[in-house]
Amino acid sequence: MLQKDNKLEVSAIENGTVIDHIPANVLFKVISILNLDKIDKQITFGTNLMSKKLGKKAIIKLSDTFFIDKEINKIALVAPQAKLNIIRNFNVVEKKIVEVPEEIIGIAKCMNPKCISNNEKIVTRFRVLSQKEVKLKCHYCEKITDQEHIEII
Amino acid sequence: MMKNKSLVSITDYTKEEYLRILALADEYENQPNTSLMKDKVVATLFFEPSTRTRLSFESAVLKLGGKVIGFSDSNSSSVTKGETLYDTIKIVSNYCDLIVMRHPLEGAARFASEITSVPVINAGDGANQHPTQTLLDLYSISKTQGTLNNLTILMVGDLKYGRTVHSLLMAMSQFQTTFHFISPDELKMPEEYKYYLHSLGLKYTEQKDFSTNVNEADIIYMTRVQKERFSDPIEYERTKNAYILKNKMLDGTKDTMKVLHPLPRVNEIDQDVDANPKAYYFTQALNGVYVRQAIIASILGLS
Repeated sequence: MLQKDNKLEVSAIENGTVIDHIPANVLFKVISILNLDKIDKQITFGTNLMSKKLGKKAIIKLSDTFFIDKEINKIALVAPQAKLNIIRNFNVVEKKIVEVPEEIIGIAKCMNPKCISNNEKIVTRFRVLSQKEVKLKCHYCEKITDQEHIEII
Repeated sequence: MMKNKSLVSITDYTKEEYLRILALADEYENQPNTSLMKDKVVATLFFEPSTRTRLSFESAVLKLGGKVIGFSDSNSSSVTKGETLYDTIKIVSNYCDLIVMRHPLEGAARFASEITSVPVINAGDGANQHPTQTLLDLYSISKTQGTLNNLTILMVGDLKYGRTVHSLLMAMSQFQTTFHFISPDELKMPEEYKYYLHSLGLKYTEQKDFSTNVNEADIIYMTRVQKERFSDPIEYERTKNAYILKNKMLDGTKDTMKVLHPLPRVNEIDQDVDANPKAYYFTQALNGVYVRQAIIASILGLS
């Protein structure tokens, strides 16, 4: 990374995916949801970068890594405004936004301590009630976990 | 149609299925003893005690000629040895044709229904669902009013935490019901339910005390206002007496009006109401047996 004309530049990638507009405070959640700690490709992270929209944002650049929609949409839970740039030959060939899926399986924790899913070995399951301000309805206890209380397993 | 279909949440059944259960319950009320369930075994697994609900279910099974196995609280099962719910359900499934379960954790019955091929009836999972209570409430309403359509229901007391009022609201909202909610500020009907009624175009009002709309009601549904629900004990002392139903308050009400209560009652219905023909809560409990007979027979495909 070098400083040039007061702008922060992160080295460009030849082929891969850039995930931008991640709120800085959820960067590590995104890393864990996408299992990036287990990828052996070159990855560059930037965090606490200034953003007009998010205050402080984070960015992830992944060389030679591409995601299927189903996989990448998992991060919509914590970073609903995230944007993806697909890079081929140093050029952005496609831009994508993430979409909150209709059902969330095995990513989030139910906020209800009396829910069976927090007391037995159960893969959590939620129906997404609202996409903008994410609201998850637990398949088991039927209680709602809101955006503020979403905890990633 | 309902054969082998677990009943976990009141929304698992359609309006047509509610009506079918009620019709069948009516048949069992007129002719209670049959030997439909001759070779059937029902397991009643009560991981927390609820004597009234358990006896009602067991009475329903015995009246249909079936047999009952089970336990009445988790101290008398291997839960105390640390067995998971998963294992208990897997094992018990080998011994019975139907499981009736009550569990302190929310979602326990849904989980159980997904790990066994035996149908499961939820007899209460924490503060979540208790669908057979709702069906017996519907039966009681239908029986006393002759219909479920276009009625006015007054719900009184703890409307925030009371699962019976929430489930009843969901079920009755399919029959053009008008609702009046009477509760202290701290225990008001949650927004999501009011929003739901609004989205269906149904009318409701909210009040802090009994007023003239008592006289419009076809059904007064009373619930218990529990002290532990209040963040401020002084507020509880100030409000507790506002939600006690007394006999003289029923003077101007409709002749056909009935007072319902899921029981147990503490003091929210004065004992002087009991002798009034409008008091229906004890018969309501009896109706529970007929309705549970109907649910069990439907699920086992015997009806």
